[in-house]
Order: sequence, then structure tokens, then C-alpha cells
Amino acid sequence: MNQVHIEARHLRKQYKDVLAVDDVSFSVGRGECFGLLGPNGAGKTTTIEMMEGVTPSTSGEVLFANQPLTRSLQHRIGIQFQSTSLQDFLTVRECLELFAALYENPRNIDELIGLCALEEFLDRDNRKLSGGQRQRLMLALALVNNPEIVFLDEPTTGLDPQARRNLWSLVEKIKAEGKSIILTTHYMEEAYVLCDQIAIMDKGKIIARGAPKTLLKQYFEGQYIEIPEEDLLGESPEGLGFEFHRKNSQVEFHVPEVRAALGVFIQKNINLNRMSVRSASLEDLFLHLTGRGLRE
Amino acid sequence: MKKFFALLGARNKEFVRDRGSMAWSLLFPFLIIIGFSFAFSGQNQDIFKVAVHRPAGETTAANAAANSFIQTKFIRFLDTPELKPSIEKLQRHQYDMVISLEQQPKYWINDSSPKGYLLEKMLTAQTTTGQSNFVKEQVTGREIRYVDWLIAGLLGMNVMFGSLFGVGYVIVRYRKAGVLRRLKATPVSAFEFLSAQVASRLVLMMTTCAIVLAGCRFMVDLQIIGSYLDLFVVLLVGSLCMISLALVVAARISSEEFAGGLLNVLTWPMMLFSGVWFSLEGANPVLQKLSRLLPLTHLVDASRSIITEGATLSDVSGHVLLMLGLTAVFMVISSRLFRWE
Repeated sequence: MNQVHIEARHLRKQYKDVLAVDDVSFSVGRGECFGLLGPNGAGKTTTIEMMEGVTPSTSGEVLFANQPLTRSLQHRIGIQFQSTSLQDFLTVRECLELFAALYENPRNIDELIGLCALEEFLDRDNRKLSGGQRQRLMLALALVNNPEIVFLDEPTTGLDPQARRNLWSLVEKIKAEGKSIILTTHYMEEAYVLCDQIAIMDKGKIIARGAPKTLLKQYFEGQYIEIPEEDLLGESPEGLGFEFHRKNSQVEFHVPEVRAALGVFIQKNINLNRMSVRSASLEDLFLHLTGRGLRE
Repeated sequence: MKKFFALLGARNKEFVRDRGSMAWSLLFPFLIIIGFSFAFSGQNQDIFKVAVHRPAGETTAANAAANSFIQTKFIRFLDTPELKPSIEKLQRHQYDMVISLEQQPKYWINDSSPKGYLLEKMLTAQTTTGQSNFVKEQVTGREIRYVDWLIAGLLGMNVMFGSLFGVGYVIVRYRKAGVLRRLKATPVSAFEFLSAQVASRLVLMMTTCAIVLAGCRFMVDLQIIGSYLDLFVVLLVGSLCMISLALVVAARISSEEFAGGLLNVLTWPMMLFSGVWFSLEGANPVLQKLSRLLPLTHLVDASRSIITEGATLSDVSGHVLLMLGLTAVFMVISSRLFRWE
């Protein structure tokens, strides 16, 4: 891996009666996009807020370019929070100007407007933006000090698919500028598309870590074949000799090799008209690791 | 400084664009003034009040001269040991005439008071038959109406509500909505943020006070006997005191409901017991003592003395220093308590 940009060492966060983060360690290389994945309440937000210096940790430390995190480093990081808001009655441009004035060397505002595609609603009150527009503004504010590291806490939660894809391409642009990115998400697809490295969190702990493709390869071989249960035409899935589980009215088989599996299905006279084949996803990985679905 | 002015500008924009609260903070005092000037117009008590001063060297001649006048029905004669305060009251139309039974008896009337004119006619009619004539002295001065008296209370009340709710409630709202959380992640210090809030509110409070005063001059012909500059200083210090109290309230709370309740608990006693609406002179002495503890009492007393009595800043320095002291205490407490989240 290239030079370490920011590193979490044995971070713990104890709230009154909950251990929200339990001994989390990982490092993010310069220019890398790192994803923290996990369901709601896994401790993702608490972890990155400790790294941002926004929430104090109970124990453990954060190293920024091999130095302990101090308040003066605030100039070098950019944060997009999950749920913060801006002062009422300010337009998008005024919000940008306000935040630009709070930093010593702000980025050119017009450049930011172009980067985050804010042109069409520049003079709108920030409270009247759509979800996607709002996230783009919040991202622009996170970039206003031209930071080295950008933290994005669930940037696409609650967005429609179109807005989500817009935001993804924006994150790609930020990556292309050479910035390190740490993002949290509970969309496995998002992590797969955007992140170079991911850590899967559950109940305050990291349960798996690595590049998305490597991780999948490590845990999964083969493909998934999905067939509506009624199309099995009375054949019981247990009798087919593959690992499987039921999803609604579908049966999903995990097969090592597609051609061989199809041979078995054909032999059993199963209706394959509505069959679909797909590769293992991070969603499957999570299910595999925890026995639970991500959004259960 | 750049950060401070950016935050100040943002807060000012927010206030000016929030038409509802701005209209409210400007209209409220006017509505009360209009209401009261109607309610109290033409309702003066129809009784003549004459202050009678009997100096040590009171003479029988003077006494005899005044005797028949003093027996006139429907005139209230009040003995007064000191001449000067009575004459000041005469200038403000609280008395209609002052007579002094000295060797050379004198009487004072206010040249703009019709009652004084009538009393003069009665006095001269009754004393020309007697031995010694009264010497006439004239004072000038406009009547202090209830509206004139009330305006200090209204300004004070407006400052109190504007500061406590305009700063206290707003910061709590910012905290709840996550505005503070977002700012915490920038290099802004709590001091820079809070001083911008204070400055913004001070500017707006003083502008509001100026508009209200100008409006009252225009609408009800308000008179201010003292200096405008002194009044400005008193209102400025009063606003600062109220704003710093608001900072204490807003230091940690993140529930708007709780903050609203707390602000009401603070404002209502001041509304009632700081002499906004009625003078506490005749009230229970314990209540009077307690009212000294309320910052609004000092703000209202000081500005009222300036408006209705022409007091100077040094006359009201006790009130001003006390408010400054409270401001310092509140500032220290709030800076210790303040949390972004």
C-alpha cells in the first residue's frame, strides 16, 4: 500500500451503557477511497467522527500523517455530516461564501460550484433544496477548504437512484483530484463502485477488511442462481445438492460452477425461463459473515 | 475578524429575511403604544392638585392670604416640605400649582397647563381682597402622560424579549438542527461564533429601539427630556446584559421546548415585577427588594429616569454599573458552560 494518510488505532467509544465502537483499527493510504460498511447502528459514524476529531474517543488514537490529531488539522480535513443543517434563509451561494470565510485558504467558490454542479440552484434558500441538491451543497462545503482528506458520512442515504449516481460521479471526480476519502454507507453496491478498500463493521467491530474484489474472492467462489420456487415444479431445493436460501418466493442457489449446475437443473426438469444468474455481492458477504441481511 | 464578520453577516441576513420575527419585534411595541394611547386618552382625573409649601418662617399674613383659597372645594392641597421636587412635578403636570407661604407668598404655575390657568384665576380672585398679594412664578414643561412613562418599560421589554429569545432560542435551535455541529467542524472558535451572535443582536436591538422611539415621537408625540445619547448607552448596556443572560440559557440545552419554558420562566417575572406597566412605589417592600434582582428593573428605571426626568448617565450610573456587572457574571458562566453539541 502507498503512504499512510490517516490511521485509526484501537479506537473505542463507550457511551453510558453501549460500547459503540470496540477496538477498531485501520489505515487509509494517500489518495485512497476507504469505505466503512455496515448496517445502521454498527458504529460507522462514531468511528469516523472520532477520526475527524468531532467526537472524543474513550481510548485509542488517530494519527494524521503519522502525527496525533489536533484541532489545527481541521484546516486539512473536510467533513460531510450525516445530519447537520445550515442557517435558515441563506442561499446556496451565501452558504459557500460563509464557509469559505471561515478558512484561511479557501478554494475558489466558482470552481466549487462547477465541480459540484450547483449552478442551477445557486440563489435558492438552502432549505428548499431536494435531497440530492442538498447533499451536493454539503459536499461542496466539505471541500471549501480544499482538504487533503474528505469524510463523507452516508452521502447517498435517502437519495433516489438518479441522484445517487450523480453523487457517485462527483465522488469519482474528487478522487481524481488525489484526495483521500473515507465514506460510510450501508449500500454495498456503493462501496463496491467507489471504494478501493473497505471494512465491514457490525456491532462496533470490524468483521472483514480488504479490497472489495479480493474480499469477495476470499469468501466466495461461484455464482448465484435465482429461480422462483414454483418453477422448481415440485422438486425440493434440498434435493439438488447446492447451498441455497429462500428470498421471498425465490430460491437462490450458490453454485460453484454454472454449467454443471444448469446440467443438474435440466436433468431435474426445472423450468429455467425466469432464472437469473449473478455474481456474489458484498450484500452476500455480509449475510455470510453475520447471518443477517444488511437492512434487517 | 474575517470569520466574525462572515458569521455576523449570515446572522443578520437570516434575521432580516425572517419577515415574521422581524415584523413582530418592530410591530409589538407600536401595537402596545397605540393601544395605550387610546385607552388612556382623556382619562385624567379631574381634580386639581396644589402643593403647599410652608417654610419655617411661615407668617400669619401669608397664611391668612392663602386661607380662603386653601378651603376651596374640589382642590386637593398637599403639604410639601421641599419646594424643588414639587416644582419639578409641576413641570411634568403632576401638580397643577405650587404655592409657597413665605414672607412674600409665591405661586408657580405651568404655562402650558389649562388647570394652572384656572387655579391662578381662583387664587387671584380670592386674594386681591386680602392684604398681601401672591407673586407669580412661571415654569414650563410638558405633561408626562402615561404613554411617556410607559415607553421606557416597552423599550426594556422589547430588549428583553428580543435578546432572550432572539439569541437564546436561536442558539438552541441551531444546536438541535445541527448548525452548531457543522460549524464545530470548521476552525471557528466558540468565542468567535458567540460574539458574532451577540454583535448581530446588539445592532438589531439598537436599530429596533431607534425605530420604536422615532415611531413613538411621530405617533404619540413622545418627549424625551434627557439626552438621546445617554438613553442609547443605557439601552446598549441593557441589551448586552440580556443577551449574556440568553447565552447562559443557551449554553447547553438542545431542546427547544425546554429552552422556551426556561425563557418564559425568566421573562414573565420581569414583565410583571420590573415596573414595565406600573410603578412599584407603593408595592410590598419585599416585592420591591426582589424586583431589584431583576436586570430589567434596572434597565427600565434607568431609561425611564432619562426619558421622564431628564436624568443624566451619572444619575443612573448605579443601574448601569449593576447591569455591566451582571453582564460580566453571565458571560463568564456561559463561556464555561457552552457546548457545541
